[in-house]
Amino acid sequence: MTENTGKVVSVNGNLISVEFKGVVSMNEICYVKVDDAILKSEVIRIRGNVAQIQVYEMTNGIKCGDAVEFTGEMLSAELGPGLLGQIYDGLQNPLPVLAERAGWFLERGIYADGLNYEKKWEFTPTAKVGDVVRAGEYIGTVPESSFLHKIFVPFYLLGSYTVKSIVAKGEYTVKETVAVLVDGRGREVPLTMSFKWPVKRAVKCYSERLAPVETMETKVRLVDSFFPVAKGGTYCTPGPFGAGKTVLQHTTSKYADVDIVIIAACGERAGEVVETLTEFPELIDPKTNRSLMERTIIICNTSSMPVASREASVYTSVTLAEYYRQMGLHVLLLADSTSRWAQALREMSGRLEEIPGEEAFPAYLESYIAAFYERAGYVRLPDGSTGSVTIGGTVSPAGGNFEEPVTQATLKVVGAFHGLSRERSDARKYPAIDPLISWSKYKSVIDVEKLDFCKSILQQGYETSAMMKVIGEDGTTLIDYITYLKSEMLDAVYLQQNSFDLVDANCGTERQRYVTDRLIRILGSSYSIENKDEARSFFNSMRQKFIDWNYAEFGNEEFKKTETEINNLYLSKKGKLAQPIEELLKDGVQ
Amino acid sequence: MGKVYNRIESIVGNVITVKANGVQYKELAQISTRFGKSLAQVNKIEGDIVSLQIFAGGQGVSTGDEVRFLGHEMRVSFSEDLLGRIFNGSGEPRDKGPALTENLKAIGGPSVNPTKRILANRMLRTNIPMIDMFNTLVVSQKLPIFSISGEPYNQLLARIAMQAEADVIVLGGMGLKYDDFLYFKDALSKGGALSKTVMFIHTASDPTVECMMIPDMSLAVAEQFALQNKDVLVLLTDMTNFADAMKEIAITQEQVPSNRGYPGDLYSQLASRYEKAVDFADSGSITVLAVTTMPGDDVTHPVPDNTGYITEGQYYLKGGRIEPFGSLSRLKQNVNGKTRKDHRALMDAMIRMYSSYKDTLEKKNMGFSMSKWDEKLLRYGELFENKLMSLSVNLTLEQALDLGWDILAECFSREETGIKSDLMNEFWPNK
Repeated sequence: MTENTGKVVSVNGNLISVEFKGVVSMNEICYVKVDDAILKSEVIRIRGNVAQIQVYEMTNGIKCGDAVEFTGEMLSAELGPGLLGQIYDGLQNPLPVLAERAGWFLERGIYADGLNYEKKWEFTPTAKVGDVVRAGEYIGTVPESSFLHKIFVPFYLLGSYTVKSIVAKGEYTVKETVAVLVDGRGREVPLTMSFKWPVKRAVKCYSERLAPVETMETKVRLVDSFFPVAKGGTYCTPGPFGAGKTVLQHTTSKYADVDIVIIAACGERAGEVVETLTEFPELIDPKTNRSLMERTIIICNTSSMPVASREASVYTSVTLAEYYRQMGLHVLLLADSTSRWAQALREMSGRLEEIPGEEAFPAYLESYIAAFYERAGYVRLPDGSTGSVTIGGTVSPAGGNFEEPVTQATLKVVGAFHGLSRERSDARKYPAIDPLISWSKYKSVIDVEKLDFCKSILQQGYETSAMMKVIGEDGTTLIDYITYLKSEMLDAVYLQQNSFDLVDANCGTERQRYVTDRLIRILGSSYSIENKDEARSFFNSMRQKFIDWNYAEFGNEEFKKTETEINNLYLSKKGKLAQPIEELLKDGVQ
Repeated sequence: MGKVYNRIESIVGNVITVKANGVQYKELAQISTRFGKSLAQVNKIEGDIVSLQIFAGGQGVSTGDEVRFLGHEMRVSFSEDLLGRIFNGSGEPRDKGPALTENLKAIGGPSVNPTKRILANRMLRTNIPMIDMFNTLVVSQKLPIFSISGEPYNQLLARIAMQAEADVIVLGGMGLKYDDFLYFKDALSKGGALSKTVMFIHTASDPTVECMMIPDMSLAVAEQFALQNKDVLVLLTDMTNFADAMKEIAITQEQVPSNRGYPGDLYSQLASRYEKAVDFADSGSITVLAVTTMPGDDVTHPVPDNTGYITEGQYYLKGGRIEPFGSLSRLKQNVNGKTRKDHRALMDAMIRMYSSYKDTLEKKNMGFSMSKWDEKLLRYGELFENKLMSLSVNLTLEQALDLGWDILAECFSREETGIKSDLMNEFWPNK
């Protein structure tokens, strides 16, 4: 550590100015010494011999003249085995460890190591003496959860190195030297199983970035079929309060078809984190038969925790995501909510007295948001395997108005937009993604033509219902009325999904395809129906049957029985498939 | 101890600056003016220029007044003696009792470690059917009461204070009308709840800075009681006044405003208070109910909007009733499955019917003819509003559920309610 110190010259909230003597770099970490503690801080602006630093803690009690010690390091995450299942704050302090040391409250100035330094891991070397290695290649593995955790040559090493020595298979802690590398000039670099990486820099140790084409199953019908997300892609979920953003993310974190889920609870309620903490260890991941917690990392910086570390928390999360991606795994990062992160930027910008942009957000808001989402991606790694980081962020627009700067800046850079609407959530139509405004650039799990047909039904239904509001039900023709009922049915049985029901919430791709085909048959048929009452009662019973169907396990007795009932009901009204639809379904439905 | 300064450099609104050294951020000072002594708090230090916000306000402060730094932050005395007492935003008694100075605790402390919280899972009974039955309040929940000036929100709070199953009640009043303050005092002492209540009251005529201290004082006391294994209910009214006080100070100090003049950290400021709501693992709890008046009945106004993102639902108080539609208790499903087995089904059915009633009412107002079914709904709506929604109704949850069945039976036949048959067999009233 460099012996570089300074002293406080001004205090304004969590922004402190420090006069320093030596060399200070931007985003360097420093510690402010107050009576009872040392407080971690980050340099965010340097002018002459005064550095302005944001303190990651409450600044009460700091006075002019207090000593500040600069570390020469940037804010870093510690990477190595033992990250999975952890609950961290935004600075990668494990919260259970803090609770052991400080009790009920998050007392300031108490920090803990991100990894357990005592625990021994079973290391199996894969490199041998004489091998030439580069940053991002691995020299061994340890088993972690259901994966082989790769032990990398640290990402910050430049150029190529020769393995001088490597330990035999055995149990080591993350701090023991497991290998020694030498560079071209004969300098030795000892390696342990962990290393640090500055969180604000993207990890780029991959051979190439590929286009995100593989759909990431979330088991949410409205997402996978209508507004899909690709592995390595990005999406955002803006919505007013109470529209169900967090419930939707919570469901996704449970059922998404990825290897690892990182939940960044950024500036939101502590209660929601507690819910995850209580629930996840009990749930079993069907893919690995292990507890869901073992594939999850929670980074929580809830709304009452200091605002500067809220800003750091999204970077810490994405760094951990990139680290596991380097092992050839598919990682999903869920950030709730990016608006709170943007607000943290706004608070600091205000204290720095920068010229405000729209709604007082700083002018660099857009580029920061873009840079964050750009850290997602599907990549080919040095060893030829592929891995991905998918980022899904919620946005909490003020007043539920999507015209505000954070939503707009986010929409420019994401690949899918799931706009939640107050109208749908008030009507208890969950997930409340509004099908008329949302979009996705990724590939759906169902065929494009079928999807287009379903969307056209929704659009026609919407138009008819708008018309009906003006001219009343009586003035609507029977044909229009049936179209309206069809769109209502599609909405009720396919778009809406009960995230609290174990079967309905977990609707896989195969089932989605199977159900859509049957649904299209019903939506694309004409019926011998005499009047509106008959039409309404027919579609009501059809809807009820489909909902029952959604609750039945795919392919079991009850499922088949309900399917037969649906078919009988269809035949009872002499359903006749329209020609173009028949074409659409030619490979499916018997 | 305590350095004394006799030269005030500037006075702007409620904020003064003094040249001083060795002063701590957020430290308290005492300023002696011709009108008496007042506390002041450091809120900015720039070199040797220290800014302080004066609790009693800047009026009449002279450049020659004495400023004495006290060397500590804002604190509140904590002991059982607090119960039954009334204080102002500086922690001084508002009643005739003695000042309390023992066992001082810092206010606005750090947040609870999320791993030390437990999942909210206990119902907090209030005997108000629109709460207990339809949007159950849960211990450790934070809920605002969204309302409009002129609505009886303080009456509602007073009733909850008297009837809620809580060990300790902390009432924080911000910008209260003096009449309302008297009303609370009166109602609580008549209701016999005064002996378990602590009040921190700022009335509309008191200095603005004191208004900002009320939530922190109230919650610091609540936290101490909760750590002594008590279930504490904190009632705050009105948080919009608190936000406006923050706005006033921020603007005085020339901070860049973000939305309608409110400071950019409005969300964080509100959240750090609301997040004090907690159910401690192996100890007590804090439940927060806070009135937020919506200027112009506009829920997108920055204060209710930010609040909505922080809290776990909201109660809409409109037209003297808790609206069943806008209101939502996000935690109700944690508890309403284990109260009585008909609770959820009856709640859903009654709300569904009430929603149909609203549609029918609209049709009726537009002059459409009423069918037999419509007539039934109209009858139901009227009974529902008078017997359950009215704020004067005082029923236990079980009584309210029974009444709910009676109302349904009076208006509809069994098949029309859409409730599962086995519940029908058990609960449908036989007449």
